[in-house]
Amino acid sequence: MAQQDSWEFGTKDKRTRFEEVMLPHMDAAFNLARWLTRNDSDAQDVAQEAYLRAFKFFTGFRGDNSRSWLLQIVRNTFYTWLEKNRREEAVITFDETIEDLQSGAAAPDARMVEEADSEALRQAIEALPVEFREVLVMRELEGMAYKEIAYVADLPLGTVMSRLARARLQLRKCLIDRLGKKD
Amino acid sequence: MVCRDISELIHGYLDGELDLSRSLEIEHHMEGCPTCSRAYAEQKSLRSAIARSPLYREAPSELRRRVRTELRRAARSESPSRLRWGWRVLWAPLGVTALALLAVLAIMTRPSAESPLTDEIVSAHIRSLMPGHLIDIPSSDRHTVKPWFNGRLDFSPPVQDLADRGFPLIGGRLDYVSGRPVAAVVYQRRQHVINLFIWPAGGAASPSEETLSRQGYHVVSWSQVGMTYCAVSDVSPADLDEFVRLLRAPG
Repeated sequence: MAQQDSWEFGTKDKRTRFEEVMLPHMDAAFNLARWLTRNDSDAQDVAQEAYLRAFKFFTGFRGDNSRSWLLQIVRNTFYTWLEKNRREEAVITFDETIEDLQSGAAAPDARMVEEADSEALRQAIEALPVEFREVLVMRELEGMAYKEIAYVADLPLGTVMSRLARARLQLRKCLIDRLGKKD
Repeated sequence: MVCRDISELIHGYLDGELDLSRSLEIEHHMEGCPTCSRAYAEQKSLRSAIARSPLYREAPSELRRRVRTELRRAARSESPSRLRWGWRVLWAPLGVTALALLAVLAIMTRPSAESPLTDEIVSAHIRSLMPGHLIDIPSSDRHTVKPWFNGRLDFSPPVQDLADRGFPLIGGRLDYVSGRPVAAVVYQRRQHVINLFIWPAGGAASPSEETLSRQGYHVVSWSQVGMTYCAVSDVSPADLDEFVRLLRAPG
C-alpha cells in the first residue's frame, strides 16, 4: 500500500516528476558510465548510484538541461568511485604537443582509419586517458555541444576544444598503430 | 593565421562550434595549406568511422529495473512512517471539516442546484482525495485494472493507458454516483489526480456533453458507445480537455 501512502504527502510527486524528467536519460547516463569505467557491471553501479544522488538533489534542480545535469552527477559519481577503487588510470601527459601527435599520425594509407572496424575503435577509445575519453564520448557519441561538455566536465570552453583536439589525434594515432600491427 | 593556431581550431570548425568569421578564416587558410586541409580530412574520416560504428552503449533493462526499485525505496525513506501517520491524523479531520463546510456552502449559495449530478461527481472526487480513499486497485497496467472490475460491476468499463501522452494510469476504484455503483478509473497529470467515472448510459442520468466548474474543480461529461463518462480534476481546463480528447479519440 506504499503507493497509496505516498500519494498524500508529495513523495510520490517528487519521484514521479523525477522519473519523467530523468529516466529518459538512462541511456546517456549508462553510456557515459560505461565508457568511463570500461566495464558493464561497474557502469551499472555508477549509473545507479548517480540516479540516487540525483534524486536526493532533485529538489534543487532548476535548470532546463536535465541531461547535462544528470551527466554531471554521473561523472562526479564515477570519480568518487575511481578514488575508492583506486584503479590506476592513465594520467595525461602533456609532453606530446599537438604537432607531435599530428606528425606521428601520418598514416601509410589514409583509408586505414576510415575502414577501421568498430572493435578496433572501441579498444582505441578505451585506451585513451580518461580526461580525453570523456570529452570524446560526450561529443561523438552523445552529440553534445561544447557548452554542455564544459558544464558536465567543469572545464573552460576553450579547454573542451583543445582536449577534444588531443583526444582525436591520439585516438587516430593509436588506431593506426593497432591496425599497423595487425597487418 | 598560422598552422599552429589552426590545429586546434580545426576541431571547433569540424564540430560547427566556431562563429562565421572564424570559420571563414579557417576555410581560407586551408585553401592554401595542404597540411592543414589534410589534417582536416583525416579528422573528418575518423569522425565518420566513429559514427558508423555501434559504439553507443544503451542501458541494460536490468539497470532500469534496479534504478526504479531503488528510487521507490529512496522516496519511501524520505517520508518516515511516523511523519506519515502524524500527517494522516492531522489531515483526516481537516478533510472532513472542509467537506462539511463545502457542503454547507454549496447548499447556502446554490439553493436550486442546477446540476445535482455535477455536484455529486465533484463530491465523489473530493472524497476520493481523502487519505486512503483514492485507489482500490493500484496499478499502471490497464490489463490489471480492467479485469479487477469484473464481478464488482454489472458492466465492463473501458480502461486506457495514456502514460505516453502524459496521463499515466494509477489505478481503479469502486464508487457510488447517482444511485448506482460506478467505475472510477484514476489517472494522474503531474501532481494532480484525475478521476474518470464510468457507468452505462441510460441506467442513470446521462448528461449531455458539457464542461462545468465547481469549487475550483472542472468536470467534463459526455456519452459514448453506450457509456456515460465524467472526468473531474483540479488540473487546468486545457489539460482536462486534452485528456478528454485523448480518451475520445478512436483507437
